[in-house]
Amino acid sequence: MKALRFLALAAAALLFAGVAAAQQPIKIGIGIAQTGPLGGGGKAALLALNMWVDDVNARGGLLGRKVQLIAYDDQSNPATTPGIYTKLLDVDKVDLLIAPYGTNPTAPIMPLVKQRDLLLMGNFSFDVNAQIKHDKWFNNAPWGAGAVQWGGTFLEAGKQLGAKTIAFLAADAEFAQNLCTGGRAIAKAIGLQNVYDQNYPPNTVDFSSMLRAVRNAKPEIVFICSYPSESAAMVRAVNEIGVGPSVKLIGGGMVGLQFAPIMESLGPMLNGFVNYNSYVPEKTLDNPGIREFLAKYRTRAIAEKVDPLGFYLPPYNYAIGQMIEQAVTATKSLDQKVLADYIHKNEMKTIVGNIRYDAVGEWATPKMVMAQFRGIKGKDLEQFRQPGKQVIIAPAAIKTGDVLPFDKARN
Amino acid sequence: MDIELLYEAILAGILLGCFYAAVSLGLSIAFGLLDVPHIAHPAFLVLGAFATYVLVGHGLDPILGGVLLMPLFFVLGLGVYQFYYVTFERRGTDQGLRGLAFFFGIAFIVEVLLILRFGVDQRMVEAPYIGQSLELGDTRVPWRMIVAFGVALVLMLGLTIFLSRTFIGRAIKAVAQDEGALRLMGADPVRIKRLAFGLAVAITALTGALLIVVGPVDPGLGRIYIGRTFCVVVLGGLGSVPGTIVAGLILGVVESIVLSTAGAAWAPAVAFGILLLVLAVRPAGLFGR
Repeated sequence: MKALRFLALAAAALLFAGVAAAQQPIKIGIGIAQTGPLGGGGKAALLALNMWVDDVNARGGLLGRKVQLIAYDDQSNPATTPGIYTKLLDVDKVDLLIAPYGTNPTAPIMPLVKQRDLLLMGNFSFDVNAQIKHDKWFNNAPWGAGAVQWGGTFLEAGKQLGAKTIAFLAADAEFAQNLCTGGRAIAKAIGLQNVYDQNYPPNTVDFSSMLRAVRNAKPEIVFICSYPSESAAMVRAVNEIGVGPSVKLIGGGMVGLQFAPIMESLGPMLNGFVNYNSYVPEKTLDNPGIREFLAKYRTRAIAEKVDPLGFYLPPYNYAIGQMIEQAVTATKSLDQKVLADYIHKNEMKTIVGNIRYDAVGEWATPKMVMAQFRGIKGKDLEQFRQPGKQVIIAPAAIKTGDVLPFDKARN
Repeated sequence: MDIELLYEAILAGILLGCFYAAVSLGLSIAFGLLDVPHIAHPAFLVLGAFATYVLVGHGLDPILGGVLLMPLFFVLGLGVYQFYYVTFERRGTDQGLRGLAFFFGIAFIVEVLLILRFGVDQRMVEAPYIGQSLELGDTRVPWRMIVAFGVALVLMLGLTIFLSRTFIGRAIKAVAQDEGALRLMGADPVRIKRLAFGLAVAITALTGALLIVVGPVDPGLGRIYIGRTFCVVVLGGLGSVPGTIVAGLILGVVESIVLSTAGAAWAPAVAFGILLLVLAVRPAGLFGR
């Protein structure tokens, strides 16, 4: 009798443990900038991921379990990310990982992820898997592998304007250097003469000296690879002291000109700049679901004091969630290899379009927007929600206008 | 290097250098004269910049806003010093890392409060002199740098006169030299130090306004200015206002010239290299005793 009672208790305990395990949430971990230079973008990105978590949980979760996002602030400091991701894996025991926003904080965790053979959903990195070649890396960024799509489209626009000379101005940091190195190679390949090429230390306060040196070199294209505070300072300096009448095209890789507070502050000073972007409200980028997402995002962004436009990172972060949802639902698994195989072989359907990945985990068909600011008047943020303010000049498939020379676009 | 480019770089460097000197002035008083490890100085600068941002939102000019904020910041400085004095100095536990940790804590609290109130995005202000430039022949000089230069000069001149011609000013210099002797003269060194610290923080209200006039500001910007401001104060000689000006000018001109040449990425290394060289020859700094 005693033995029967023991067996009954043991069976009940096992059943209870099984139910409890089934009710454990699926944990997804991320270290993402909430402070520091990348904090503005990081906060907006995290809001979008939380919106996806809310949506997926409202649909019943994944595999019958709720989804829980565990996020830590990496302070925009690459030195913090290996520790954060080790904690996510070993202490928080997360099931899946999403990479930090940006190249610099992601690069230090690539060896860790490769060593443990984990799936990692990339988040707007640039070329971090080029050397490591991890087979479970999937970067959700529209520029694809290498600088061809990024620098290439910008420099081709310069060629269309008849430019023959180029100046490079790049921050002395990982992303900017990767981009500029690619840009130099493309410029050489298409016959542009490099007349000025300088790296500047991050956090430079005043760019007037550098811009005077650029003006002195008389380039026709100025390719800038910069971070938010420097981008804003450079746009302002160009407006104040000019960059010379020779310049037909300026911009390219300026991080920050996609963020609402900076766009609002700079206003008409942005006119004429051609810069990369991931989404602008032009009709050719009207993917199913994106307008609904942006409308919902807007309400929450205002309440949470983050980027009220949310064009740049938020749709892509929501899309990362959609890809995880699609892969887990289709495979009914959380196995890293199974999920990676699925994402490699299948088209992922998201609000930023349908995505297929290449062998190194970048978009097989890049669709990075190169847009020119035009007709910006005053500092009303709402104008940026209208089409025609950021005209897509490349790639051809989504183009909404031809590039104008810098001085004409400013007028 | 083109001679015209060099001339423009020196001009830009002088303007930038005066700005660097101005943002270091409060630290020159607190750290240089009072020997208080005021590592929260850049955080107060950023606080001044954000307070100015709020006033500009109500239609005020940023510089006028900075001036209006000075009394408020003076009171804030009095409060911070009193707390520091009661918890550390009076007990004799301000030595070494403890005082430093206190001001690190203050800096983090200021940064977090700013993030909670304003978010992490960069903020800029508008004024008629921002985004415009003065044309001197072929050279265009941004008005915001000229305004920062002018305000910095007035501030430094005013501070020099205050420290050398007024009773309180001379008492502040005296407390830096010999606290005991000052006490024997019947003055209360704690009161003098409290007033001096209040003055140091009041100055950050105006120089914080210069910070947001010169460029975009975010709550974490103070971390970047820790190195720059301490470098200026140490290079100039602790507590010396003329030394702070000269050191700021050296840093500004060197940075500007290096940024104009082929080795722009070396600008901070060259500037800090000069600091090491000067300290090797004159450990007390350029104007230190």
